[in-house]
Amino acid sequence: MTSRLTCRELIEFLDDYVDQRLAAPERARFDDHLERCPACRRYLMGYQGTLRAVALAWAPDAAAPPEVPSELVAAILASRRAS
Amino acid sequence: MMDRCESELLGALQRGDERAYTELVQANTGKMLAVARRILKSDEEAYDATQEAFLQAFKAIGNFQGDAMLSTWLHRITVNACLMRLRHRKRHPETAIEDLLPQFDETGHRIESGPAWTEDVVDRLESAQLRKVVRDAIDRLPDNYRTVIVLRDIEGLSTEEAAVALGVRPEAAKMRLHRARQALRTLLAPHFAVEAE
Repeated sequence: MTSRLTCRELIEFLDDYVDQRLAAPERARFDDHLERCPACRRYLMGYQGTLRAVALAWAPDAAAPPEVPSELVAAILASRRAS
Repeated sequence: MMDRCESELLGALQRGDERAYTELVQANTGKMLAVARRILKSDEEAYDATQEAFLQAFKAIGNFQGDAMLSTWLHRITVNACLMRLRHRKRHPETAIEDLLPQFDETGHRIESGPAWTEDVVDRLESAQLRKVVRDAIDRLPDNYRTVIVLRDIEGLSTEEAAVALGVRPEAAKMRLHRARQALRTLLAPHFAVEAE
């Protein structure tokens, strides 16, 4: 019989859980803890929200087209010709 | 893998065709500069790192086998040029990150759960506002933690690639990323969380 996870132990499995890389026994212990612990459910929702926010903040359609400073392009090409 | 256009461009670069160099630089400077800005947080340093990355690429182009897209290859060179600069920066005492991590009692149970996040709050936020909130929060992380988030979650490196770039073992990179994400969650909570009713 495997012991139940504490909140601290659950945190250690968090990245593998969100990446869906937890082995079945650990996944079962993780889910068992979540079912019993509203605080960890809230924490997990915020953790997943954080990852989603980071992804959306840099999504290609969200970002402006990259600025291409002409003086930098000129300096790089000048260095190339000088080398 | 490269398509025919890329292969032709690579061939021209390897023959020293100046028009090919102009095409390469014009097509990639903006993206490389954006990567450098994300990692270095300084326009001036980002300009220098982009220039350094191109110079390294020009030197190495003769040996490039075309086993990746040119833009991917340049991205890697840019990341490394930026990390080299970070390593040489004068080290400042780092902000403690512990205050931003979850707290537990002696039995391993959570001391404070914090407010709940609604499921769709992130999607509801207007994109410019979302970008500002997230970028400001990432910029508040100590450099070690900010860099690992930028490499792994924004630049798309694997944990193993990020570890090599940072000069640490994969386990250390994984742990650092985990702490960085937890700290970021704490910093974003005031913007995304709603008090339980």
